[in-house]
Amino acid sequence: MKDPVVAEHPADTGDTGVERGASAAPSASEAPIPPTQEAAAAKAPHVRPGDRIFRGLATGSGIFIVVLIGAIGLFLLLRAVPSLGLNNANFLTSREWSTGDVGNMRFGILDLLLVTVVSSAVALLIAMPIALGIALFLTQYAPRRLARPFAYVIDLLAAVPSIIFGLWGLLVLGPQLTPIAESLTSALGFIPIFAQGNVSIALSGTIFTASIVLAVMILPIITAVSREVFDRTPVTHVEGAIALGATKWEVVRTTVWPFGKAGYVSASMLGLGRALGETIALTIILSATAKTFGWSLFDGGATFASKIALAAPEFNDPRSAGAYIAAGLVLFLLTFLVNAAARAIVAGHKEYE
Amino acid sequence: MKIQRHSAVFGLVAAGALLLSACGSDQNSAQGGASAGATSSVDVTCGGKQNLNAEGSSAQKTAIDTFVQVYQQRCAGQNVAYNPSGSGSGVKNFTGGQVDFGGSDSPLSAEKGEVAAAAERCEGNPAWNLPLVFGPVAISYKLEGVTDLTLTGELAAKIFNGGVKKWNDEAVKAANPSASLPDKDITVVYRSDESGTTDNFQKYLTAASNGAWTQEAGKAFKGGVGEGKEKSAGVAQAVAGVDGAVTYVEWSFAQDNNLSVAKIDNGSGAVELTPETVGKAIDGAKIKGEGNDLVLDLDSIYGSTEAGVYPLVLATYEIVCSKGYDAETAQAVKAFLTVAATDGQAGLTDAGYAPLPKAFQEKLLTAVKAIA
Repeated sequence: MKDPVVAEHPADTGDTGVERGASAAPSASEAPIPPTQEAAAAKAPHVRPGDRIFRGLATGSGIFIVVLIGAIGLFLLLRAVPSLGLNNANFLTSREWSTGDVGNMRFGILDLLLVTVVSSAVALLIAMPIALGIALFLTQYAPRRLARPFAYVIDLLAAVPSIIFGLWGLLVLGPQLTPIAESLTSALGFIPIFAQGNVSIALSGTIFTASIVLAVMILPIITAVSREVFDRTPVTHVEGAIALGATKWEVVRTTVWPFGKAGYVSASMLGLGRALGETIALTIILSATAKTFGWSLFDGGATFASKIALAAPEFNDPRSAGAYIAAGLVLFLLTFLVNAAARAIVAGHKEYE
Repeated sequence: MKIQRHSAVFGLVAAGALLLSACGSDQNSAQGGASAGATSSVDVTCGGKQNLNAEGSSAQKTAIDTFVQVYQQRCAGQNVAYNPSGSGSGVKNFTGGQVDFGGSDSPLSAEKGEVAAAAERCEGNPAWNLPLVFGPVAISYKLEGVTDLTLTGELAAKIFNGGVKKWNDEAVKAANPSASLPDKDITVVYRSDESGTTDNFQKYLTAASNGAWTQEAGKAFKGGVGEGKEKSAGVAQAVAGVDGAVTYVEWSFAQDNNLSVAKIDNGSGAVELTPETVGKAIDGAKIKGEGNDLVLDLDSIYGSTEAGVYPLVLATYEIVCSKGYDAETAQAVKAFLTVAATDGQAGLTDAGYAPLPKAFQEKLLTAVKAIA
């Protein structure tokens, strides 16, 4: 995650590149080649080796990643199916997770799914407005000289290993949050999400703590992508707005925001993807519990990724391991859906093409 | 411009990494100095394969570290790399032939085909389970005003499965007539990751609770109450932070976090956790393996009613080939295990383990000598 925008663009052009390459192969005339190249092609019908090699490499990379993802999906599926067959509970609606006795495995993902989605959604809710503020500040308000180093500091946050965030959340942030959490439950406890949860608040291993840490972790991703998008607002639009007498706020509202909205949402979805898959920080922070998730922020539990990480070192039977892999498969699909949604949102706004 | 800034960032990160790694190596050398005082008492034929690989149970990681330090003092230039990736991985990679010996919290299981797989790895010879490292598990708690608490197996089972919810419950009072117990909820903290410690603790509760523990054993905690924290460090740290919390954790973690350790009454009076009481438990252990395969009958430890025995002990095995190593490897494995079972024992108490009692040590050495 050094520079997410740069990373995004090759992916976009890579997609179209494969299409172009494919259509160019049968009939060269249909391919949208600029006129100068067409003229060159008429003079010398053979393709230069550099072209061929580069096209091969680019196509190869594109195919490689698709095959790789397909292979991951296939692996998950192959390992999960035998265990799903041995499952004595409903995989999608059960809240149990007991895989120790392979003769009588009962596991379902409902609680994992809910804890994963709720903790990530709350993290997104916290991170989105802050990231928007930072991105707008960096592109519109901050003096150029300050904006660059500031942006690097934000990017640096993305380079902090998640185990550091986890330990920080458990040892430093958690105890600080305890009084806040206690006052929230006593004052707003009648609202289900602030109700007394199924773990002790004093230990701070709650979804509340986890979400705040996750929010910090996804902040740099959302900020970096949004900043790049806002930075690309056509200067003519901005200048036009200023010429019409718009204030800074009006410039942001009438030019920067409409232009960058889709990019911002897409950035948030990228962040959500990261939050859904976060593992180490959550295994450290979240308290496990035998009770079911009760829709409170002060519940404990486990996410897909943390559940797998907690059990992985002691995998010694492919059947019980398969149960966890089945959970991993659901996470894989969930992340896929989130990313597909992000793509769809971006694709709906043709100004990026 | 951009590149320069990036390199500045990398520089910072690299400097940070250096700093951190510097801290790490400091600690190691300090430990090495401490155990240098041990005197050599046994003949060891050094040599053979220079770098042994081993993998498995994380519960014995610290013990293996002290063994390796002593091994290197006795046999210059030799080393053992132990990867504490868990018993499951240890057994898998031993039977797969990736490591020279495995570490495991439970002996090879015939049901899961581990015995057969290990025999295949040892070229048709049986693998032996050698219980080398014994780690007492402490029922650790934090309760203001109470530093002397006695639990029976039955009471422990009731606390950990929710039968007893308050510190001033009649059952706790009955076992501790002189303590002033507060009216506080018991917060049970358990291991959220799957672990041999949990498995052994639940085996203990099954054996010693007179039927109060109906949940059986397993690597995942089955008590159904309380909340889980990751690894020993996580549970110990959690208990240290909350008044009224109780957990089961390796002794060294209880000591490091200044937790109170409950005495265990197995029917013959309250027994404190000390190296001596644990040694007595190991001495009383019956072996159910054949010959040099020293598989322990854990019920003989957990269910012991002898006076002065602290029964809650986690036995971890080294899994080795009886035969089938190449000559180089066999020599190094034997040298390492010999050092571990003799000179290596000196530093164990500080690391939170129990040293082997004399009689048991001799059984182990006989087995180690027989490896070929």
